[in-house]
Amino acid sequence: MNRKSKVESREQAGPGAGTLAARPSTLVRYGGIYGTLWKTSVTREMSFKGNFILWIVVELLWFAMQLCFIGVLYLHTNSIGTWTQWQVVLLVGASSFIQQTYQAFFLTNCVNVSELVRTGKMDFLLMLPINTRFLISLRQVDLGAFVNATFAIAVMFYAAAKLNLHPTAVQFLGFLALCAVGILIHYSLMFMLAAISFWTVRAQGIVWGYYNLFNIARMPDEAFRGVFKVVFTFVLPVLLVSNVPTRVLADKLQSPVLWLVLLGMGAVCALVSEWFWRISVRRYTSAST
Amino acid sequence: MKKYWHVIGIGIQNNLTYRVNYLTRTLFSFIPLFAMLSLWRTIYGGQGAAIAGYTLAQMISYYLLVAVVDVLTAVNEDDWQIAADIREGNISQFLLKPVDYLWFRLGLFFSGRIAFTVVALVPLAIFIACFGRYFVLPVNGIACLAFLVSLVLTALLQFFISYAMAMLAFWVLEVSTFIFILFAFEYIASGHMFPLDVLPPALKHALFFTPFPYQMYFPVSLYMGKIAGADLWQGMLVQAGWVVLAYVFARFMWNRGIRHYGAFGG
Repeated sequence: MNRKSKVESREQAGPGAGTLAARPSTLVRYGGIYGTLWKTSVTREMSFKGNFILWIVVELLWFAMQLCFIGVLYLHTNSIGTWTQWQVVLLVGASSFIQQTYQAFFLTNCVNVSELVRTGKMDFLLMLPINTRFLISLRQVDLGAFVNATFAIAVMFYAAAKLNLHPTAVQFLGFLALCAVGILIHYSLMFMLAAISFWTVRAQGIVWGYYNLFNIARMPDEAFRGVFKVVFTFVLPVLLVSNVPTRVLADKLQSPVLWLVLLGMGAVCALVSEWFWRISVRRYTSAST
Repeated sequence: MKKYWHVIGIGIQNNLTYRVNYLTRTLFSFIPLFAMLSLWRTIYGGQGAAIAGYTLAQMISYYLLVAVVDVLTAVNEDDWQIAADIREGNISQFLLKPVDYLWFRLGLFFSGRIAFTVVALVPLAIFIACFGRYFVLPVNGIACLAFLVSLVLTALLQFFISYAMAMLAFWVLEVSTFIFILFAFEYIASGHMFPLDVLPPALKHALFFTPFPYQMYFPVSLYMGKIAGADLWQGMLVQAGWVVLAYVFARFMWNRGIRHYGAFGG
């Protein structure tokens, strides 16, 4: 089939089909845009190779530190609640895996929001004919975080071997799905924190707040009681994000209530975050004009 | 000398414009602190006895004191600012003026700490009051006095080490990775994460050959009477020694850096 006949056959199919082919479906279009963003991110990262490797070292060091802390704690106790040492290592691994994957896709972008607002660069992004939230959430990819996520997976495998775990396919897929919900919660909460900069303009403490908040995600949920537990389960569900997936993997789930709560809270966080983003962006007054 | 007092005064005013930032920082830092206390409470709940010589009350007091010492002595953004000054050529003016950059930054560091303390004081006091029944008072007058002196030395040590680290900006463009790597070691080896007594004794002993324990564990242990008697005086001397060493090292790094300095965009 030559070029001409291709055009003809499209015309024969009628105007509706023609417009469809000329404007690719939304999914394909956004896929293409995201592919381009990846390409530029890779180029950017590779232009500072030394720095790229050093950041991986920094993250690994902090991860190793958390594991040391667990090691030291279990010198003095046999369990935290019902959590044994290797179960907590599995938890720390899962927590790091979720956090690093989230970081790879979203963190840099969420952090940059306040800068976009402060300098007025948001103007340019708002004018582009694509969903603004999509663009500002996914502009940059942090490749080093993928490397660190692999180390987290390695630690989890080691802990699973120590625990003699043989997860079924359902457990394994359930774990991955719940990790995805965990990433969604990380992203939704952080995006809300970032959207505060539409109100205050100067929001430097955002990353700091984020790290403090998700610091507790790697702690076993049974260490908490009372108001603290309620707040960090039902308002800011950080106590669920890595505890529930780990419980699924480690056969520690007594009832399905926990993962249902995680799913529900994931949906609530995503909706509230979208609502907050919409009322925030309405407050945007361009800095340059 | 008088000019550096002015630096402190201006620094306090500048820093107080960030009071909301400081307040949110303080409030957010209570989340992991409270989580840590809950974690230890759960561990103690399982056995009731002392762990590594710490009762539950002492363990909780340890972490609360770490929070206090941190507010009073931690380097906040000074190292980033110094690195930025070098990178962007702002230090050129200090080479011309009769103002010493190290003393200038030290003045700003102190003013930053004063401003931060003023903002953090009330929320931290409320937080500690919530744990009032666990909070232990200094064992005696000497411990209290030694704690206060050691606090000043801790602040100086923290500052000089950070200053020396920031000098790396003379040679590399991006110093934050180096600062974070050092911070990771400081965080675990200074006793920020847990009292060093929970470590195996040999490891704890080895750490005392580094300056890290004198950045946190040492002043807190003085307060709690874990270090007393002859050890107290010897420790204070060693801490002062580290301060002098860090100061000399900071000066050395500056002098080497200046020779390398190109004054771009100054």
